[in-house]
Amino acid sequence: MTSASTNDIEFRSVAKRYGSVTAVSDINFAVPKGAFMALLGPSGCGKTTCLRMIGGFEQPSEGTVYISGEAMNGVAAYRRPVNMVFQQYALFPHLDVEQNVSYGLRQMRPRISGAEISRRAQEALEMVRLGGFGKRRIHEMSGGQQQRVALARAIVNKPKVLLLDEPLAALDKKLRTAMQIELQTLQRELGITFVLVTHDQEEALSMSDFVCVMNAGRIVQVGPPQEIYDRPSSLFVADFVGKTNRIEATVDNGGTSILFANGTRFAAPSATMPSVGAATVALRPEAISLKRNGAAGTAALAGTVTHRIFLGSSVEYSVDVDGLGDFLVTADRRALGDGDLVEPGDKVGLAFDPNALHVFPA
Amino acid sequence: MRAFISSVYLFLYAPIALVVLFSFNAGRSASEFTGFSTAWYGKALGNTFLVSALQNSLMIAFTSATLAAIFGTMAALGMERLAPRNRAIFDALFAAAIVVPGVVIGIATLVALVAVFSFVNPALATIWPGEQPPQLGLGYGSIIAAHGLFSMALVTMIVKARIASLGRDIVEASSDLYATPITTFRLIVLPQILPSILAGFLLAFTFSFDDFIIAFFVAGSKTTLPIYVFASIRRGVTPEINAIATLVLVASLLLILTARILMRDKKPKSGE
Repeated sequence: MTSASTNDIEFRSVAKRYGSVTAVSDINFAVPKGAFMALLGPSGCGKTTCLRMIGGFEQPSEGTVYISGEAMNGVAAYRRPVNMVFQQYALFPHLDVEQNVSYGLRQMRPRISGAEISRRAQEALEMVRLGGFGKRRIHEMSGGQQQRVALARAIVNKPKVLLLDEPLAALDKKLRTAMQIELQTLQRELGITFVLVTHDQEEALSMSDFVCVMNAGRIVQVGPPQEIYDRPSSLFVADFVGKTNRIEATVDNGGTSILFANGTRFAAPSATMPSVGAATVALRPEAISLKRNGAAGTAALAGTVTHRIFLGSSVEYSVDVDGLGDFLVTADRRALGDGDLVEPGDKVGLAFDPNALHVFPA
Repeated sequence: MRAFISSVYLFLYAPIALVVLFSFNAGRSASEFTGFSTAWYGKALGNTFLVSALQNSLMIAFTSATLAAIFGTMAALGMERLAPRNRAIFDALFAAAIVVPGVVIGIATLVALVAVFSFVNPALATIWPGEQPPQLGLGYGSIIAAHGLFSMALVTMIVKARIASLGRDIVEASSDLYATPITTFRLIVLPQILPSILAGFLLAFTFSFDDFIIAFFVAGSKTTLPIYVFASIRRGVTPEINAIATLVLVASLLLILTARILMRDKKPKSGE
C-alpha cells in the first residue's frame, strides 16, 4: 500500500453485496494523484458499482474506500470532494445552462460570492467551448452540448477526483472520438484525477494512464494500456481487450515447447510459461504476417483465405488453417504492398514470432 | 360509425346542455323555454341559504384539497423509498380507494366516525379540567376529513407518476454537487413535482366541491352546495337550480382543464 499523499483513490478489500448477490468482491486498487484510470469490463462486471462507491451513492459491504487518504465509510455523497459526470448527464431540466453549472458552487460552505460564482461558471463553460450558451435551456441543447454542460458542471467545482460513468456512450462515433481527445486534454490541463468507467476497450486504451480490467465482480488485471494489451494476464483479458485468436495446445518438454492441436510444434515464448499440460494460446491478429506460398521466409502454419474485410488502412483476413480452424489476420496495407492483396481461395502461410504467443493453462 | 359516436356524445351531453339552456329561461318552467333571461342567476346569488351553502362548500373544498395535497405528496415521496413488493401493495390500496363507490365510502366513514366519537367523547369528558368538555360530532370537520382522505389517494397517484418520471439520477447529481437531502428536495425535486401537486390540489378541490354522496352521510346538520341543491329539487326543479348547476359546471370544468394543463409533460428531451 502506498501512502495517502500520492493516491487520490484507494480501494482496500472492498466488497459490495445486495442481499445474497455479490456485486463486487476483493477489490484492491489505487489511483495515483493526477492519473487517468479506466475501469474496463463487460456490462454487469461491477465497474459502475465501484464508481458509485467512490461517489458515495453506494456504501461498501466490506472494506474501505479512501479518497486522498481519508476513509470514506459512511460519508454521504454530498460531503465527498469528488464530482461525477453521469451516463445520461442528469442535468437539471428546470434550470438553464449556467444555473446547472453553478449549482455545486452555490452549495459550497463557506459561501462563495455571486460574482465569483458567475465568473467561475463562465470560465468552466468556456473551457468546454460553450461560452455564450449560459442562458440556454437544457432541452435546447444537442446531445453533445449536454454532455459538455455535464462536464462543466463537474469540473467547475475543482474536485479532487472526477468520475465519468460511460460519458460518451450516447454520442455518435465521430463526436465520441472528438470528446475523447477533449477529455484527455482537459485532464492534463486541470491535473485532476479522472476515473472513467467504460465497456469500450478502445476508449479505455486510448485515453487512460492505467486500465483496471474487471470481470464478474473482480479485478482481473491492472496496468498501463500497453501492458494490458501486450501482456494480458488471462485469456479473458486477451479476448476482451482487442481481438485475439485462440488456439488449443499442449505445453510439454518440461515447459520449453508448445504443441498445437494440429501437430505443429513451437519453442515456448520467453515469457513465463504455465506448467506442463493442456493450454490455450492467444495470438493477436496483427502479430501474424501472411506469406504467399513459395514466398521467402518460413511459414509456421498453412491455410486458405476464406474472407477478406477491407478496412481502409488495413485488411482483415479470415484464414482457415489446416487442423486448427479459423484464424483472424490483420495486415497493414503498406506491408502487403498495393495491388498485392491476397484473395479469398488463395493458399497462404502464416508467420509469427513465437514470443507473440500468450499461453494460458486450460 | 361517425353517427354512432355522435349519438354517444349526444346522450352524454344533451341533458347537460338542457340544464344550461334552461338556466337562461325567462319563465318558471324547467321544461318549457319562454324567452332568454339571466334573472335566475341574480336570484340564485341573492339566496342567502344558497350563498352560505356555497361558502361552506368552498371552505370545505379548499381545506380538504390542501390537506390532501400535503399528505398525498408526502405519501407519494415515501412510497418511492419502499421495497418494490410493498410499494405494489400500497399502489393497489390507493387504487382501491379511488374505485370504491362513494356510497360505500360515505357509510364506512360515517360508521367509523361515530364509533370514534362514542369512544373519544366520554374519554374527553373525564379528563377535561373545565365544566364544558368539547363534544366531537359530525360537521365541517368530518366532511373535510372524509373528502381529504379520498382526495389524498388521488393526489398520491398523480404525484407518484411524476416522481417516477423524474429518475433517480438528478437527485444523485444534486447530492454529488454538495446539496444536502433537504436542499435537493427544495431546489430539484419540489420545483419539478410542483405542477403535479397543484394539479392534484385542483382535482381534489373539484371532487370535494362536487361531491354529494360522501358529504350527505357525514355532514351532520351542515349544508354544502350539492346537499342544498338536492334538498331544493324535492320542492321542484326551477331555473334557479339550473343556474346553480351551470355555475358549478363551469367552475369545475375550468379547474379540471387547469389541472390537465399542469399535468401535461413539459417539452420532451431533445434527441441525442
